[in-house]
Amino acid sequence: MDKRMPVVSFRDYSFQYHSQAEPTLHDINLDIYAGEKILIVGPSGSGKSTLGHCLNGLIPFAYQGEITGTLEIAGETVANQTIFDRSKRVGTVLQDPDGQFVGLTAGEDIAFSLENDCVAVDEMRERVRDVAAMVDMEDQLRFSPYELSGGQKQRTALAGVMINHVDILLFDEPLANLDPATGKTAIEIIDDIHRDSGKTIIIIEHRLEDVLHRHVDRVLVMNDGRIIADMDADTLLCSTVLVENGIREPLYTTVLKYAGVELTPDMHPGSIDTIALDGCKDKLASWMQQADRTLPMASDHVILSMKELGFSYEAGRKVLSDVNFEIFKGEMISIVGRNGAGKSTMTKLLCGFEKPDEGRICYDGKDIADQTIRERAEYIGLVMQNPNQMISETMIAKEVGLGLKLRGITGEEAEGRIEKALKICGLYPFRDWPISALSFGQKKRVTVASMLVLNPNILVLDEPTAGQDYRHYTEIMKFLVELNQQGVTVVLITHDMHLMLEYTHRAIVLSAGKLLCTAPASQVLTDSDVIEEANLKETSLYQLAKRCGIKDATAFVQCFIDHERWVRQI
Amino acid sequence: MENKKLFSVSTKTIVATGLGAAIFMLLFMFVKVPSPVPETNFQTAYGIAGFFGALFGPIAGGLIAFIGHALSDFAQYGAPWWSWVVASGVSGFIFGLAYKYVDAEKGELTVKDAVIFNVIQIIGNIIAWLVVAPLLDIVIYAEAVNLVFAQGAIAALMNAISCGVIGTILLFIYAKTRTKKGSLNKKN
Amino acid sequence: MKLKVFSYNSKDTPIHKMSGLTKFICFLFLTFAVMFSFDIRAIIGIMFFSLWIFKLSEIKFSQIRLMVIYVAIFLVTNFILSYLFSPEEGVNIYGTRHELFVLFGKYSITLEQFFYQLTKTMKYASVVPLGMIFLLTTNPSEFASALSGIGISYKAAYAVSLTLRYFPDIQRDYNNISMAQQARGLDMSKKAKISHRFKNALLIIIPLILSTLERVNSISNAMDLRGFGKHKKRTWYTGKPFERLDWIAIAVSAAIFLATIALSVFVNHSRFYNPFI
Repeated sequence: MDKRMPVVSFRDYSFQYHSQAEPTLHDINLDIYAGEKILIVGPSGSGKSTLGHCLNGLIPFAYQGEITGTLEIAGETVANQTIFDRSKRVGTVLQDPDGQFVGLTAGEDIAFSLENDCVAVDEMRERVRDVAAMVDMEDQLRFSPYELSGGQKQRTALAGVMINHVDILLFDEPLANLDPATGKTAIEIIDDIHRDSGKTIIIIEHRLEDVLHRHVDRVLVMNDGRIIADMDADTLLCSTVLVENGIREPLYTTVLKYAGVELTPDMHPGSIDTIALDGCKDKLASWMQQADRTLPMASDHVILSMKELGFSYEAGRKVLSDVNFEIFKGEMISIVGRNGAGKSTMTKLLCGFEKPDEGRICYDGKDIADQTIRERAEYIGLVMQNPNQMISETMIAKEVGLGLKLRGITGEEAEGRIEKALKICGLYPFRDWPISALSFGQKKRVTVASMLVLNPNILVLDEPTAGQDYRHYTEIMKFLVELNQQGVTVVLITHDMHLMLEYTHRAIVLSAGKLLCTAPASQVLTDSDVIEEANLKETSLYQLAKRCGIKDATAFVQCFIDHERWVRQI
Repeated sequence: MENKKLFSVSTKTIVATGLGAAIFMLLFMFVKVPSPVPETNFQTAYGIAGFFGALFGPIAGGLIAFIGHALSDFAQYGAPWWSWVVASGVSGFIFGLAYKYVDAEKGELTVKDAVIFNVIQIIGNIIAWLVVAPLLDIVIYAEAVNLVFAQGAIAALMNAISCGVIGTILLFIYAKTRTKKGSLNKKN
Repeated sequence: MKLKVFSYNSKDTPIHKMSGLTKFICFLFLTFAVMFSFDIRAIIGIMFFSLWIFKLSEIKFSQIRLMVIYVAIFLVTNFILSYLFSPEEGVNIYGTRHELFVLFGKYSITLEQFFYQLTKTMKYASVVPLGMIFLLTTNPSEFASALSGIGISYKAAYAVSLTLRYFPDIQRDYNNISMAQQARGLDMSKKAKISHRFKNALLIIIPLILSTLERVNSISNAMDLRGFGKHKKRTWYTGKPFERLDWIAIAVSAAIFLATIALSVFVNHSRFYNPFI
């Protein structure tokens, strides 16, 4: 019998936002015990973030709605607590590290809650130093957010909530804004804190495989406002719950299933490090032999080339140097590398917002140095990460047509081109809708359509799927593949290893302003030197291949990619 | 509609003020629309003060214009010209009175809302630039009366146009983004 | 791209070491002194004092070059406009008329007008070094605690801190949006018509505002979750305890302020120093 007291206890708990017609959470019954490490997964709109808000007190403090049932934290009913009482028990690390980082320096930000508690300056400094040491930030206390990496900002945020001696740490999508290697480190830090401090840890995240890099006690799967499953990772990965609820399985379990391996909980499939692979090796080897391995045919027509490109914003500090690569017509290619590697500078040079100091950029064999931003936009379209930063009209057709209007193209020609772009992007039925009624993915399509009206041959997209769950991710990528099949060359700037692996034939890897390599994605993610240098993360497929003694791991990964493409019929 | 309290300050008000002032500052320094009169510009920043004021109230409106103007003076001149900074703050505060009468959250900005907003912003600009700024210039710097009122009249006119155009359009567009989902039909 | 608005750099001078609150109080005392006084002797005195502090704080001319140009343009414009609008203002103030020569029509040059405009220009100019010293020797992190130190509501003070924190973000977003819109064909040159210029500005401002409003919620949630606004007061991590130098600086500034007032009250019997009587 479990004599432990639950530290969090939901009983018949439901919640409905005032602004919504339906409850977002239904009949939640959940006990979390002191010192547990829990992962909550679910597609967007499943209610997992709302559950987080209920825990940390933003519901009902910031979001009003109707609560039924009870929630007890540390044995106390929370109905009468203020958000300030709650912040002493539950510390929350939010998704957006820049939003959470309100201080002008790391030290100030860590001290923020102590300042609000009127703690004296000397005590405050001591406590900040102590907690900063726990997350390895003691040497960066005077740094501004602009001098810190994404991972350091997140560690600052973590220190800023741990300083309150909270018992429960809640992480709301901690991986959303981090590059792969930093995300891996973040999971390790969370695990170390869990081990050393014994705090209760709750992680809300849809990137299951990345979180399972370290052990979690239980995984809760949510969908439609209910808890669908509550089990350990090993059991979960053997079930069909993930697939049924639109959550991506780890790649290594997918490939094992392709190979006809029946997963069982006693194989410990929860992590690539723990899974027992005894009976799998032969099955994988024979799958690899029979799987379809036709390599995609790349065209040999170079549409874009960078030649000895160099650039610096201020003298003496090169952001890019001696970058050489070619992009072929009709390709779908990714540009990867850690933050600050030069990816966004590359985009600026390409679109003409900055001029290179050295070297040339050639489009279709011709140097485009003399062309303005506006001229280049007629063959290179740029789609920014946040669609809201590109949209300035309220109606879809007007927004899509803006580029034509600004170029003085009106009348039938404009209408024809708008109609065509809307049809390609699947927006034609919505053409008279206000943009505010669209989802994120649809807004993304609007921004793509607003580029397509200019008939570009190349489309550059910055993090097209950032923050999207598996279903929306697949939707956006399927759409981009269709565009690509119609002949548009697609360049994706991304952190997402899955995206790079599954959708782009080649990857251009940048590191510290230099070109590290251009190679097939399967090769990049199985080359440990490149992985380390560019802050990427090796794919679990590679680890699987190594553990199974498959010699040519790159070929194995390629085999998986091709099989996936075949499964998805693209 | 909940009863709007003009002077209540929540964390959200403070954050909106801080970010609003940052936008004000940026536009005040870098985004000026040249006017037909040589050497004068429409300050698009006052449209921001009007918009944020109508959305978050007089405290936010006043502080946005005051902080934004003071910091951009600091950044450009090394010191603020207090008489005009104070006048900016007063204008933003008065713009913010529109908060009580204009409801942009309901999904549509009516002609009545737009008229009320503009009446209030014009009054605000008149008080700020034809009363506060000239008086302070006279009291502090003993400037000539005709000079300060001439300058004030130009400022009042230009800022009212700027706030009227930018502020009204922003409110109109913001209101549209509040449209609720559903109730829309696809066309083929 | 340089994102720093204020070119504060940390140095080891007595001025840098002082608490931000001290410098702010001194800045206010001296600013109020020159704004109150119309006595050129006091104004020049304070100006020399501030130039000495300038030297002490090792500010380089390159840091302030652009500001000096802006101020000079303002002063010259103001000087010319003042004369054109009211050539006899000095005569009205000082009550005498020493005409030097007639320029044209009703515009003649008088000693009184010259003295009045000179004093006024000095008055404007003398505020500038005071502001620059505060700006260039104070860590922006201390601005908010300094404001709250003189009794301003800490919530308003924190808004200033947030402005400084997020200004570079806003600037970066603005540049990105502007790039995207230019690619679509937005004409940023000054050739466009007036109505178009407003429209073009709006094409960048609208996405900037709407995407910023999205962030307001997440930032205010983050602050609520860490107890912002819990008490009537709050402490400041960057607050520096006062040392002897801080008290001396405040005492000196207060003395200068009081002396300026005393000069007007007891010697000039007016805010104006009148050398013509």
